[in-house]
Amino acid sequence: MGLSAKLGNLGVVTTTVETAVNWGRTGAMWPLLFGLACCAIEMMSTQASDYDLSRFGMELNRASPRQSDLMIVAGRLTRKMAPVVRQLYDQMADPKWVISMGDCASCGGVYNNYAIVQGVDEIIPVDVYVAGCPPRPEQLIHGILTLHEKIKGERISQWAS
Amino acid sequence: MHIPPAIDPVESLKAALGDAILDVKVFRKETTVVVEPSRIVDVMLHLRNTTGLVYNFLSDISAVDYYPDTHHPERFGVAYHIYSMLYNRRLRVKVYLPEEEPVVPSITSVWPAANWLEREIIDMMGITFEGHPDPRRLLMPEDWDGHPHRRDYPLGKEVVQFSFNAEEIMKYKPFAQK
Amino acid sequence: MAANPNELATKATWEGSVEQLRGLVSDRALSGETMLLNMGPHHPSTHGVLRLLLELDGEEIVTVLPDVGFLHTGIEKSIEDKSYEKGVPLTDRMDYLSPMSNNMAFCMAIEKLVELDVPERAQIIRVICLELSRIASHMVWLGTQALDMGAMSVFLYCFREREYVLRIFEMISGQRMMGSYFRPGGVWRDIPADFIPEVKRFIEYFPAKIDDYEALLVNNPIWKDRTFGVGVLEPDMALALGVTGPSLRGSGVNWDIRKAEPYSGYETYDFDVPLGEHGDVYDRFMCRLQELRESVKIIQQGLKRLTPKGEFRSNNRKYVFPPRSELGRSMEAVIHHFKLWTYGFDAPDEEVYVSVESPRGELGCYLHGTGGNKPRRVHFKTPSFMHIAAIPTLAEGHMIADLIAIIGSVDIVLGDCDR
Repeated sequence: MGLSAKLGNLGVVTTTVETAVNWGRTGAMWPLLFGLACCAIEMMSTQASDYDLSRFGMELNRASPRQSDLMIVAGRLTRKMAPVVRQLYDQMADPKWVISMGDCASCGGVYNNYAIVQGVDEIIPVDVYVAGCPPRPEQLIHGILTLHEKIKGERISQWAS
Repeated sequence: MHIPPAIDPVESLKAALGDAILDVKVFRKETTVVVEPSRIVDVMLHLRNTTGLVYNFLSDISAVDYYPDTHHPERFGVAYHIYSMLYNRRLRVKVYLPEEEPVVPSITSVWPAANWLEREIIDMMGITFEGHPDPRRLLMPEDWDGHPHRRDYPLGKEVVQFSFNAEEIMKYKPFAQK
Repeated sequence: MAANPNELATKATWEGSVEQLRGLVSDRALSGETMLLNMGPHHPSTHGVLRLLLELDGEEIVTVLPDVGFLHTGIEKSIEDKSYEKGVPLTDRMDYLSPMSNNMAFCMAIEKLVELDVPERAQIIRVICLELSRIASHMVWLGTQALDMGAMSVFLYCFREREYVLRIFEMISGQRMMGSYFRPGGVWRDIPADFIPEVKRFIEYFPAKIDDYEALLVNNPIWKDRTFGVGVLEPDMALALGVTGPSLRGSGVNWDIRKAEPYSGYETYDFDVPLGEHGDVYDRFMCRLQELRESVKIIQQGLKRLTPKGEFRSNNRKYVFPPRSELGRSMEAVIHHFKLWTYGFDAPDEEVYVSVESPRGELGCYLHGTGGNKPRRVHFKTPSFMHIAAIPTLAEGHMIADLIAIIGSVDIVLGDCDR
């Protein structure tokens, strides 16, 4: 490196397609702007000044599912809302990942009753579960970093599925 | 501004609509007037429009299901909480409705605020409000069976997952195994 | 009853024909002259999972049909299945921007039902916490409303101040948002030693920040253009629709439950109730902004009265569990502790209704006992519920962009509405 690099002589880096693509995918994930309940407020806190999610290349929340590749299910999922969430998930373009944020989304939490779907994994596949009611912003960031680790370990053979 | 002196709501109701008043209770300084269900609109109009009462604000309508207790007059109760801003006092008007035919006239003509409060009770308790402008379900999906807040409606608990019943529960989570 | 989950995953989100809407939308919509547009339940500016069916004539709104219940959690039914004290954590999650107000309404209802006393010091702690949560809640309201209307920086500033309050809540209750700090008879445990100095620091720091928000928004021409004369709510109409809180006071009706029916010693605090004149979005905005200053005033007075040590819960052992230190010394304390945590306490088969002034408006709690340890019926009359019901009246005849301002200005929380 040094002056020669700045002048345009960058040299050569060898890597695999897997590593390069996975690095690209983790570097700029766009979450779907999608909050359900209390956890959505903590998700907002995570993106706001103190915790600043843009450190991980995720400052851009897309309001449209077509443009996003990460769905953070933040909050309790009711039976009335479940078809909507499934539709949003189906509308997202591949590759896509799901973080189930909070106890209610992961397993029903304190609401073991008629109105709440007992875990969002009843309707969509979940990659990372974040516990807490609501999880602290640090916990959500940890969940996101865990997802990054998971993506970095993905093989080329898994991309097609 | 001259404010006319406050009058006792119970006395006033008894004088004007004596046959509609079934019972009067006082508990923790809260007055409850039990009235005939079919006369609820008259009672509300009287309470809102009479000088010295002016209960101009509808705070809440809530329904109670007394199942399985039998020492209450009827199975369902609907409690209207009204408030007078001028005299700063509250009153609860209550009607009891039988299990077979829980019907009470709607008071949306008196207070538009009653619209959604009554719709919630239609949805949750299955009580019919006669003359309601829009009696659809409010909170539950349109195709939902039953009325969740009735006492004989199960809470719908899922069993706790242990190792012996894990497989049973995982059947309902098709995506969790991935 | 329990829907098949696979069915949930494949169910269509909207099944129905336009015919079902006959009578709800105007006839012009059925002939195709006006457009029906679905907004939500996934939409960034509906402040949650609210679905609005709009009938539009060009860009002008003809009718709005709100559809709520996407967050109906069955909290009331769940509380009916628990003993009284165990219901408190569930109330937190109703209005998740100010959990303390929900705790307050539920605890007050229990205290009224069983005639439980609250020590004076606990009341002071409660007032300070309530006002702090009012500030935290208004911070989210201001941030999101400004964000909806294009002022991104306000959102970042507001969340910075909110974090401060959340840290204080974490200090006293161990949780940032859902502290369940209020319990029947007082508060969960005594305030930590850092609490008073920390709150003092906060109220010294905070007023300058309110000045900042005012500098950013109050005379901002873009802000004024989008809020003046938008969503006007006449006082009579506001009362008829059951609108409460700052939204009602923006229309000039002086009704604040803290003044009219004081609870928790609010009558002894000196504060003003800010009022609007025109009842438009701008007036509602100004009312809330002024309320922040009044909250700071109340907290200041509360801190002056608050002693670092003292009673924080009632000593009525039939309803309030004994402190840990008594358990090793007194058999009676062990019995009470066991009884209260396993069975709870009995409450009479009667009904009470209490209401508190939550940051959004009148939060009422109707509680009906059974004579046993579980309530027969809990019903929360929530301000957001009434405010969403009022949106059609407010939005009629406005442009679709004004609807965003109106939704923000009535300050709705869908968890509060659907419960």
